[in-house]
Order: sequence, then structure tokens, then C-alpha cells
Amino acid sequence: MTQTAPAAAAPAAAATNIVLSATELTKEFKGFLAVNNVHLSIREGSIHALIGPNGAGKTTCFNLLTKFLQPTRGRIVFRGEDITRLKPAEIARRGIVRSFQISAVFPNLSVLDNVRIALQRPGRLATQFWRPDTALNVLNARAEELVEQVGLQAFIRHQAGELPYGRKRALELATTLALEPDVMLLDEPMAGMAHEDIGQIAALIRRAAVGRTVVMVEHNLHVVEDLCDQVTVLQRGEILAEGNYDSVSRDPRVREAYMGQEDD
Amino acid sequence: MATQTAATAVAPAPEAKGTSTRTIALAIVGLLILLAAPFVIYPVFVMKVLCFALFAAAFNLLLGYVGLLSFGHAAFFGGAAYICAYSIKAWNFPPEIAILAGTLFAAALGAVIGYLAIRRQGIYFAMITLALSQMFFFVCLQAPFTGGEDGIQGVPRGKLLGFIDLGDSLAMYYFVAAVFLFGFLAIWRIVNSPFGNILKAIRENEQRAISLGYRVDHYKLGAFVISAALTGLAGAVKAIVFQLASLTDVGWQMSGEVILMTLLGGIGTLVGPVAGAALVVSLENYLATSSFPVPVVIGTIFVACVLMFRRGIVGEINAFLDRKK
Ligand SMILES: Nc1ncnc2c1ncn2[C@@H]1O[C@H](COP(=O)(O)OP(=O)(O)OP(=O)(O)O)[C@@H](O)[C@H]1O
Ligand SMILES: [Mg+2]
Repeated sequence: MTQTAPAAAAPAAAATNIVLSATELTKEFKGFLAVNNVHLSIREGSIHALIGPNGAGKTTCFNLLTKFLQPTRGRIVFRGEDITRLKPAEIARRGIVRSFQISAVFPNLSVLDNVRIALQRPGRLATQFWRPDTALNVLNARAEELVEQVGLQAFIRHQAGELPYGRKRALELATTLALEPDVMLLDEPMAGMAHEDIGQIAALIRRAAVGRTVVMVEHNLHVVEDLCDQVTVLQRGEILAEGNYDSVSRDPRVREAYMGQEDD
Repeated sequence: MATQTAATAVAPAPEAKGTSTRTIALAIVGLLILLAAPFVIYPVFVMKVLCFALFAAAFNLLLGYVGLLSFGHAAFFGGAAYICAYSIKAWNFPPEIAILAGTLFAAALGAVIGYLAIRRQGIYFAMITLALSQMFFFVCLQAPFTGGEDGIQGVPRGKLLGFIDLGDSLAMYYFVAAVFLFGFLAIWRIVNSPFGNILKAIRENEQRAISLGYRVDHYKLGAFVISAALTGLAGAVKAIVFQLASLTDVGWQMSGEVILMTLLGGIGTLVGPVAGAALVVSLENYLATSSFPVPVVIGTIFVACVLMFRRGIVGEINAFLDRKK
């Protein structure tokens, strides 16, 4: 089986392999093409990086895949089902859970409650308005486990809004993981983290990726090299290159696009 | 260790919430006031305060805990008052059934208005609720059964459950107090429930709640209907207390008044709307006998409060007590 075989030529192989795909994905903002004719095939169980310079359209891609934005054109398929017309909450309910580039926590709730909000969703605990909130204590053990995984156990009773930026990101990751998603889309999960925490979070993502698929936007190329099986490079809304890290990083067009961009 | 150094950098978090001694003390004092009030203050006045307190608390369930500013709550308050008053006068409904009818009507109206408004955010949400409630106002103005400008007057109070004569002012008072307590505790329960937790999450970060798979529209609509129903409960009881349902109760000024009470008392606090209602009703009563123009005075106080105490009276007190700890 060749990796470059187009989906049309080998539909059976693609169907077993590809968990999430987008074809001709396009988003236009008042005449400006933020995402232009992007094809993505995310392989089951892989860690797939989406990289590119600022404004390349990475976050917009995430917004399209999770339906926070409606694509102007194109089709999104998840496990054989066309999800192009679904609402974002329905996408999440099918197991595609995203995080946000601007860290998204519930600032006036405690770290524990932030994670419990996610844990509440699958069961009946989300709609029970007649029970005291102590009913949520059955979720504590699992919530504490998740909080510990991201190294926030010392902060568990703190309000999420008080945490420094990097720890908010860690909390957001714990909240995302709480849903046991099939596919996780992480928008710059390491941004704003202290250098020593990056390794810890990278290890966590690697562990969390076992049995699931991860798509991540990441500017730190060391992390990408270390973590990701597949890399898609976007530039001005279009795919510039795709492949494993080595082949992509050798691509002269990619090197040019990243001139002066490559930080550390 | 990085975790430990950072842990000391952040201020120690308050202990796990729950029923604190402050809350228990407040509850006991509140209950005593509720029981003793008719012997100290004119009962009809306290009943008016309680009706508006429940109205404001129900409104605050939406504004304070879901972050939705409705500018149309008068429709539920006044609509329930009309239904309650009419069903007693025209059909001889006993008071408890008439109140139930008013409440259910408000809930149904809330479902319709909420359904249409919920898809919009912020100021658009407020404008749609205002527009729809104004439509309802004109229906009330034109429909024959509401009595037009006169309203429905002389509504008999009747006998509660067939044997408690609400014509007796103490009986009436304790009934109103019981209804208020029921509504207030219901709100307290909802706010501190698993469902309430999700409402807070939606208020805090709607996008994130959606990305976790919550159908936030359902939650907002649920909260809207509960808020409308409890508002209707307050309006229906008020119609029995004053034996009157009129256009005043459905006008936009009434929607504005409840916003004012909630903001003055403190958004997102349970006691705030009650304090705000007590303050506004007292002021109106006091000013009614003086020569001051009521709206001007209340407007001035409102502006001063918004400028000086953004969190409202109770919000500021809470913040002060938290700082002292
Ligand atoms: N809602 C919007 N309306 C108009 N233009 C938008 C909108 N969202 C994004 N854009 C534009 O689309 C382009 C792509 O933005 P996007 O946020 O997807 O980039 P990105 O690759 O995530 O960049 P960064 O690395 O800075 O996060 C940018 O030029 C941005 O200004
Ligand atoms: Mg981005």
C-alpha cells in the first residue's frame, strides 16, 4: 500500500485508515480566502501536526473541522459519515473534541469543577436541576486523576481564572481528555508554557494519543519533530507540503516560508 | 519543583464551597424576619416586596447565572397576573389553581419567547425579548378579557385549598411568604445543582461549553422557561394580593424595574435581587407620598450605584467579606 495513493483509487484502504478527512475545504471571509481548497486525511491513531506561519489558516481549519465555522465549500467526513452540516456540539458528541488557541477555561469555576463540567456531559448528571451539586462528587476521583495527569493537583481548589497562562492550557487539556475523545484537535497546546513543562505536556499528549487520534497546531518544531507522525504545512490558506517531519523539513518551499520564523 | 514554587505564588484558594456558617446564619435571620415582618411592618407592603423579590430572583437566574439579559420579563409577570385574575373572576378558580394556571401560562409564553430569542447574543437577545414582550403588551391592551386601561379589578382572594380564607391579611401574608420561600429555594437548588453547574459554564465560556458537546441552546431555553415560570408565579400571587391585574404589570417599565432591582442588589448573588427589590419598593412607597418625581430619584440612585458599586449592594458586601478573610 502506498501512502500517496489517492483516496479514489483505493477507497477500501482509505476507509479503514482515515478517521477524519476534508476535501476541498474552503473558507472565505468577505472575499479573503483564509482556507483555500485544503485536503486533509487524518489517519487513525496518528499524531498529525498542522503547522505554518501566522495567519496561515490553521485555526480556521480547526474551526471548520469542528464546525465552529461553516465552510464556504468542501466536505468533511468522520468515520464515513458526512459531518459537513452538523452543529459544533454534535461534532463534539461524536468524539471530535477541540481546544482553543486562546486558552478556554471556565474562569470563575475551580480547577476541579472545570474538569467535572466535561465529565458531567456523557451521563445524566448534566440536566439534573433538582439534585444538590454534591451529586457531582461521584466524579471527583476521575477528575482528580485527570488534574494530576497534567500536574495541577496543587491547584485543584483554585479558581481557573487565577492560574498562570501555561497552567490554564494544562487544565484545558485535562478537560478535553476528560471526554475521552476519539479525535483531539489541540490548537497550540504548549503556547505560553514554561520550558520545563513542555516536556511533561508532550509526554502527556503522547500517552493520551494511544488509542486516539490527535491533530495539533504547534509552532515549536522540536515538539512537532518529536511527537508527530504526519505534518501538514499551510501557507496563506493552502497546503504547501505534507508528509513526515523529515521530508517536510527538507522541502525548500517550507524552509523559505519559515525563514525568520523558526524561533528556538 | 516547578509545581510547588508556582503553587505558593498563587493566593491560597478558598476552601471547598458548601453551606458555610455565614450562609446558615443568614438563612436563620432571613426566616425570622419573614415570620415576624407582618407584626412590625404593614403586611401589604411586605407582600409587595416579596412578590417583587421573587420576580427579581427569577430574573437573576437568567441574568446572573446564564448571562442572558432579558428585557421582556414583564410579559411573564403581567401575563400570569392576567390569567390568574381572569380565571378567578370569570371561572371561579380557587386561588391555588388560578396561580398554577398563571404560572403555566408564563412558562408556555417563556418557551415561545425564549425559543425565538435564544439564538441571539447580548444586546440582540435583549432587543428580541423587548420586542416580543411589547407585542404581548399590545395584545393585552386590545384583548377584551384584560379590561383594557382598567385592568381586571376587584379580584376576590378566595379560599386557599377551600378552607384558608385569604381575605384575612395574616393568612394572605403567610401564604405569600410560603410561595416566596418555595420560589427562592427552588432557585437556590437549581443554581447549586448539576444543571446549574452547566449554566455557569455556559455563562463563563459558551464556546468552550459547546466544544465539550453541550447543546447550549437547550440549557438556555430550559433556564429561560424556569425563569419565566417563577416570574409568572410572582405575578399571579401579586394579582391576588392586590386583587388587580393591569397594564402596569406587562409594560416595558416593569421589565426595566426588575433589571434595576437585580443590578442594585447584586447580579449573580442569591440575596441580591431580594435586597434590590426591597430597596426599590421601599423607595417607591416613600416617594409616592412626597413631591419628588419617582423615576428621576430612582434613576439617579441607579446611576450612582452603577458607578460606585458595580457588584450591587450584596455583591459589594460579599466582596468585602471575602477580602477580610
Ligand atoms: N472571523 C474572521 N473574519 C475575518 N478574517 C478572519 C477570521 N478568522 C480568521 N481570519 C483571517 O484568516 C487568516 C487565517 O487566520 P487563522 O487564525 O486561521 O491563522 P493561524 O494559522 O491560526 O495563525 P496563528 O498562527 O497566528 O494562530 C488570518 O489572516 C485572519 O486574519
Ligand atoms: Mg491560530
